[in-house]
Amino acid sequence: MHPWVGAGPEDQRHILSELGLNSIDELFASIPPGVCVDGIELPPARDEDWIRRCLGDMASTNVAMDSMACFLGAGVYRHVQPSVVDAVLSRAEFFTSYTPYQPEISQGTLQVIFEFQTLISRLTGLDTANASLYDGATALVEAVLFSHRVLRGKRDLAVVAETIHPMYRRVLDTYTEAAGVEVTVVAPGVDGRLDPDAIREAAGDRACCVAVQSPNFLGIVEDLPQIATAIHDSGAVAVEVVTEAVSLGLLAGGGNFGFDVVCGEAQSFGVAPGFGGPHLGFFACASKNLRQMPGRLAGETVDKNGDRAFCLTLSTREQHIRRSKATSNICTNQGLMALAATVWLEAIGGSGLRELAISCLARAEELKRRITAVGGPWQLAYSQSPTFNEFLLIGPGSGTELVKRLASEGVLAGVPTTDWGGSWPDGVLVAVTERNSADDLDALIGALETLS
Amino acid sequence: MKRRAVRSEPLFFERNSRRVRRQGYLLPNLDDVPQVEPSEVLPPELLREPDPHFPDVSEMEVVQHFHRLSQLNYAVDEGLYPLGSCTMKYNPRLNEQIARLPGLASLHPLQPLSQIQGALRLIWELEEALKTITGMPGATLQPAAGAHGELTGILMIRKALEVRGEQREIVLAPDSAHGTNPATATFAGYRAQEIPSADDGTVDLEVLDRMMNETVAALMLTVPNTLGVFEHQILEIADLVHSRGGFIYLDGANLNAFVGRALPGLMGADAMHINLHKTFSTPHGGGGPGAGPVTVSEALLPHLPVPKVIRGDGGFELQWDDPASIGQMRAFYGNFLILVRALSYIWSLGADGLRSMSEVAVLYANLIRHRLRGAYHLKFNAPSLHEVVFDDSFQMRYEVHNVDIAKRLLDYGFHPPTMSFPLIVHGALMIEPAESVSPEEIEAFCDAMLAIAKEAEMDPGLVRSAPHDTPVGRVDEVRAARNLKVTWTPEDET
Repeated sequence: MHPWVGAGPEDQRHILSELGLNSIDELFASIPPGVCVDGIELPPARDEDWIRRCLGDMASTNVAMDSMACFLGAGVYRHVQPSVVDAVLSRAEFFTSYTPYQPEISQGTLQVIFEFQTLISRLTGLDTANASLYDGATALVEAVLFSHRVLRGKRDLAVVAETIHPMYRRVLDTYTEAAGVEVTVVAPGVDGRLDPDAIREAAGDRACCVAVQSPNFLGIVEDLPQIATAIHDSGAVAVEVVTEAVSLGLLAGGGNFGFDVVCGEAQSFGVAPGFGGPHLGFFACASKNLRQMPGRLAGETVDKNGDRAFCLTLSTREQHIRRSKATSNICTNQGLMALAATVWLEAIGGSGLRELAISCLARAEELKRRITAVGGPWQLAYSQSPTFNEFLLIGPGSGTELVKRLASEGVLAGVPTTDWGGSWPDGVLVAVTERNSADDLDALIGALETLS
Repeated sequence: MKRRAVRSEPLFFERNSRRVRRQGYLLPNLDDVPQVEPSEVLPPELLREPDPHFPDVSEMEVVQHFHRLSQLNYAVDEGLYPLGSCTMKYNPRLNEQIARLPGLASLHPLQPLSQIQGALRLIWELEEALKTITGMPGATLQPAAGAHGELTGILMIRKALEVRGEQREIVLAPDSAHGTNPATATFAGYRAQEIPSADDGTVDLEVLDRMMNETVAALMLTVPNTLGVFEHQILEIADLVHSRGGFIYLDGANLNAFVGRALPGLMGADAMHINLHKTFSTPHGGGGPGAGPVTVSEALLPHLPVPKVIRGDGGFELQWDDPASIGQMRAFYGNFLILVRALSYIWSLGADGLRSMSEVAVLYANLIRHRLRGAYHLKFNAPSLHEVVFDDSFQMRYEVHNVDIAKRLLDYGFHPPTMSFPLIVHGALMIEPAESVSPEEIEAFCDAMLAIAKEAEMDPGLVRSAPHDTPVGRVDEVRAARNLKVTWTPEDET
């Protein structure tokens, strides 16, 4: 018998005899014999030490980001990780509980969701946000489908900036084909930024939405006020995608410039890189469109004594009530990651978040300055465009080759753009965070000099 | 539920009301590079004003805040959590430790292949294990949750039909199906159509025969169904659907009922999602994250999402380009750290442990069925596996609803069953105990349910006004929907 199964053989015999049965097999008599098997071909049970050793060996075959000077970003970032985040996440009251459908015994989870929604709302500049979505890519998909609903299906063209994370655009393609939404891509100008006129032209009068990312895939900060005006001129829903959520500590969220939806990935707020998941999709919109929002929402109310209490609300939008007419098929979301982000943001604090974002900016600017000074084959692809904490570096060879050669110098220099396609040069996306010490910067510069 | 010291906790935004500077975390040395004035390098009009309503608090305040909030939650570690269709089992601590290893948690998804071999192997191993457990030849671990798995499966079916040059319009699902099934059908561009259940709660073959035609892309079926009843005609159903060019999608939410006892591959399934957060013990996390890997038949094998993890001669690789694939379902490769936990669980239990997991889950559900029968009405009499669905029709004689019974259970220290689902049982109480707790805990739950049945008869007001002993009293959910307030705003301060 195994410790994770509550009843041993004698317990089982007792229960069987109470049920008037002779064997467990009788309980399964309703399964047709044609689909039955007698066990499965898996190895026998293993003890904790064995598992720790075996999976530990697999883990140590990988190279953890912290073991080298690391400048990887492109949608997944390494920021400070206060110990309190994992301490809170490790509380069984949070991680072993279910979706808070019983509010009387779930006020902890519900209040956390309400605080998360408020934090996202304040950071994006929109008045409502949901309890989370799977990730940034599916948040973009939901935003496009949301726009389609908001405009009552009358417009079926989604215009997306080419500088939205290419993986997000691939995911969007998978979904929109079935949803009957056509996708058009707008390329950036020579400065890596979107031209509002190009948006006007692409959107025409057919677009249900125009989605842009800022800072974009190339790390460049877009001119959101002008873009919002261009999008609204076309009558489309304006969607901002954010993949580096820490930028919101310094840059105003799109809601402040008239964007109707701000969505994306909040992994930067205390969620481990974890080889790509679980991460944290978020979605904020104006309250006038709340009924079209996908995913769960917590709301404030009172209990029977009139005291403040929280509960899940507007579930008439959701699949378990509305079924085929739901705003999304999402059920399980990324609740525990939303808790991580809430703890992280509250520990870092409002002023702390701003300082942290400025630190990212300062480090990235310093690195850009020093790369420019190295010169030779090394160049910034868009040296004149404003960036937050990421930029495209080009050098002697393809991005993939450069990353490989720099890795052999002991530096994880970034993410190559080689295999992503796009109208930009083949190079390396270099991301800098507050975790990159002056030593890290020296290591990268040293490696670039060696390879010059 | 025991009386708690903490019954409410101010919102974070109500803390530090003087809005003074405090420090919750010491940032790394910020002075080792030259300082930058943001407005000199970024367009000033794009910068955020400091937010006076985003307070700074000390570390201890953060810890206390969340500690107190946690005290307001019920959890698996506290007692039985018999939510039907949710499989609330123990979340082994070993798996939590493994998922926190730096070689897994601190791994970037876009590192060079040579640096991520262990992670790719882990994905490959879990795919292999799930293929064995389901008896199906292909798997993808990309989907982030069950509903996401459903969509992945239906999109693969859509693709297979497209390759065949067919456009079908309808996806069928029984009226007992999870809401995600019809929602998924719509999301995938199909029209959802409901099959009315037969008298025993299973699919009526004659009705299916009438509905299943060349416009139907797939039948979505939950096995065992949401009553815990196994579709005894599953093979005939699959034959019928296949013979008319349709596909079988199995909703694997209830896989905990038959691991090591039956194989979906033998049931004619073309695609099936597996909720790792149900059958394979990964924590529910207050609503997520989960993971919803999908296993597929030969027919759908070419259409699996990219990237695919391939075992090559020189190690593991990621295959990104595949024109027959439906494409990518999310960024990167899945909820990886959830996958890690599930593999740790599967390897820990091994073949026999997994089989006994399902056996005890079914045994416990039948013990509950046996003990509560008589006190609670059982609409469908067919033998059930891992869950049992009663309803409130006996208690309605005293005007006690299923909701009242659920709220009264809170006073007894138990999480209630799933309520008002499946929709074909009015006033449903859907009970799934899972296998982890002791028999004594199952018995204590039955005793509580029997005591409540008695209370409903003797003192119905007590039940109707429950809960009496929870951090907050019965919550006004109607008011929440009418007077929508989903964020705190500075106006709340006055």
